[in-house]
Amino acid sequence: MSPIFQGILTIFIGVTGCIAYFYLSNIVLDKVIFPPRTDDRGRNIRRATMVRPWLFMLPAMFALGLYLVYPVVGSFWRSLFNRSGDTFVGLGNYTQMFSESGFRTALFNNFLWVLVVPAASVFFGLLVAQLTDRLKWGNIAKSLIFMPMAISFVGASLIWKFVYTVDPQIGIINAIRDSLGLAAIDPLQIPFWNNFFLMVILVWIQTGFAMVILSAALRGIPEETIEAAIVDGANPFQLFFRIKVPQIKGTILVVWTTITILVLKVFDIVYAMTGGNFDTEILPSYMMDYMFRDDGRATAVAFVIMIIVLPVMIWNIRQARKEM
Amino acid sequence: MDNIAGQKSSLSIVTNLCVLFLVLLWLVPTVGLLVSSFRDREQISQSGWWMAMFPVEQAFRVQPEADGVRQDGDLYVLEGNVFGTGSGSVAAFGITSRNPGAAETGQTYGRLKLEVRDSDGELDTENYETAWPADGAPEVPETDEDGRPVEGYSIDRALTMAPNGDFTWVQEGEIRRPPTLYVVAKQPPEFGLQNYELILYSNNMDRAFINTMTVTIPATIIPILIAAFAAYALAWMDFSGRQFLIAMVVGLLVVPLQLALVPLLTLHNKVGIGQSFLGIWLAHTGFGLPLAIYLLRNYMVGLPRDIIESAKVDGATDFQVFTKIVLPLSFPALASFAIFQFLWTWNDLLVAKVFLPSNSESWVMTVKIADDLLGSRGGDWGILAAAAFVSIAVPLLVFFAMQKYLVRGLLAGSVK
Repeated sequence: MSPIFQGILTIFIGVTGCIAYFYLSNIVLDKVIFPPRTDDRGRNIRRATMVRPWLFMLPAMFALGLYLVYPVVGSFWRSLFNRSGDTFVGLGNYTQMFSESGFRTALFNNFLWVLVVPAASVFFGLLVAQLTDRLKWGNIAKSLIFMPMAISFVGASLIWKFVYTVDPQIGIINAIRDSLGLAAIDPLQIPFWNNFFLMVILVWIQTGFAMVILSAALRGIPEETIEAAIVDGANPFQLFFRIKVPQIKGTILVVWTTITILVLKVFDIVYAMTGGNFDTEILPSYMMDYMFRDDGRATAVAFVIMIIVLPVMIWNIRQARKEM
Repeated sequence: MDNIAGQKSSLSIVTNLCVLFLVLLWLVPTVGLLVSSFRDREQISQSGWWMAMFPVEQAFRVQPEADGVRQDGDLYVLEGNVFGTGSGSVAAFGITSRNPGAAETGQTYGRLKLEVRDSDGELDTENYETAWPADGAPEVPETDEDGRPVEGYSIDRALTMAPNGDFTWVQEGEIRRPPTLYVVAKQPPEFGLQNYELILYSNNMDRAFINTMTVTIPATIIPILIAAFAAYALAWMDFSGRQFLIAMVVGLLVVPLQLALVPLLTLHNKVGIGQSFLGIWLAHTGFGLPLAIYLLRNYMVGLPRDIIESAKVDGATDFQVFTKIVLPLSFPALASFAIFQFLWTWNDLLVAKVFLPSNSESWVMTVKIADDLLGSRGGDWGILAAAAFVSIAVPLLVFFAMQKYLVRGLLAGSVK
């Protein structure tokens, strides 16, 4: 069966299936299980109202449970077994992994990524948001800086590989070096700094995201505080750092953590740019090296990522509860 | 800050310049690749894309017809024009592929036979290449590289070229086969769709494009329906455990996908789905749900309470309230999520690599570029650039057409 036909069929089955499920289950609930016509109609209606939310939630809960909750447990369990999955090795995969320099490099690089990418994205995002605030063509400028959000990590990698190319007739960085009389370099092979050249790509993508949200937050600042500061003689820089930034601290934190989480998931850039060579490995790409080859090791790496994400997750849940 | 006297104008110029600089910085990489995708593949490696509007100096080989050969003393002469019937402008020329631009126009470049005297007194010949003025005679050194005295020379072959491409080829023996000439000429910039034709028709990118579509559309539509019902329940229905479920959805938002790969692939293999399109649709549906529920719930909670309650007073069931009132009113949130999920599944590499079969028949575009083109077509930037833009075009279109909803969704998802 051709995939297109299969796709159309799936859309049809999926959509009609969903509608049929919700429609029929509601009818069954109201007409068959708790029909409101017998003597205790009041009790039946109340009972139906109690059950209905679970009917509405059921497909979503099933999918969430199977595709996101079960894997957390399943991955941890799998990471306690060896490569072929038949011998229990306890924490063997973890101790083995931590003793290897490859993993430690990946962990260290990931630490750099988590440190640099959110900071740089928020910095540039805030800069653009503030600078474009009163500009006539601000919306066009923002839209252009926002554009990389639509580009895949693979596409972005390709775009930047072109920028970094060694040949000064092709790569613009080496063309600039060439015109200054400097020798051509391959940015992706300079030890240690090549990590930063890879981070540039993610910063390039994520600045737009930071900018959109911070720009909205800046607009939400009460006018009075700004006017009061101006009356008191604050210069534009004081106004920005002392008045505006403190008021959007919460939003900055949200943007920061969102990008941090993203950094821990993105393997595409390293995979497409260097394949993890030249000491540029990070945890997600390190995990993909073992995927299909050593599931025990791969799940162990995934679980390490989960543990790093955990504090953010708890913080997010706390914030959400506070708002409810 | 606008009302601080004397500061406004200078500050606003600086601001404008800063923003302009940043925008250019952000655009340059993409524009570079976009321009390159339309350029002739030879020209890409000859000059940078920033010079794409200017003529390119390109070396090429010409084999003129050996018609009209005439004899001039001991030498045979062939005249003609390297551009044939066309026109062009020669910058330099040569007679070997080693050095295609050895001489400038107006000069003659040739290979001489030097007669040198050996140390034991015998006469030897030796090849020597040089350029000389077209109306003059070649200068030969007094001794060769080994220090042997040069006593005379004869012309083995020589080429004279005018800037318009007129050439004179002179050769010692009879001209049986046409000579091979090398010309460096300014070529006008060439733009076209050849790269796109090449990538689509002979590199199976069309197949990858269709596969990406096939993955994306069901994976965008199905989670919306499931999530909308759940979001309604979480927003407008009272039941114990609601708070806990909302907290769980928020927590699941950040669960790294990596965790799901191994257990779910194992599960899919066990139940017989294996690596297939069905598998990836299910996976994307599962992974997209937390964001979908979160966004939609946040939006639905903000709908006016009066409408929903008065509908309920009038006897509408929850199912009717949902389908007749909440769903139509939530259109902006539905659109936001649809765009997110569309961009995310279209651009995804990880899930496609794991949940789709690894044969080239089922490659989506990201896998095709990352695993195939970057390896096999590593330096062929015309092809790579075209492939990148084939894969980027649809998301960019969606992005610019639906930016309003995308921004709204981002804001609802993060600042709430």
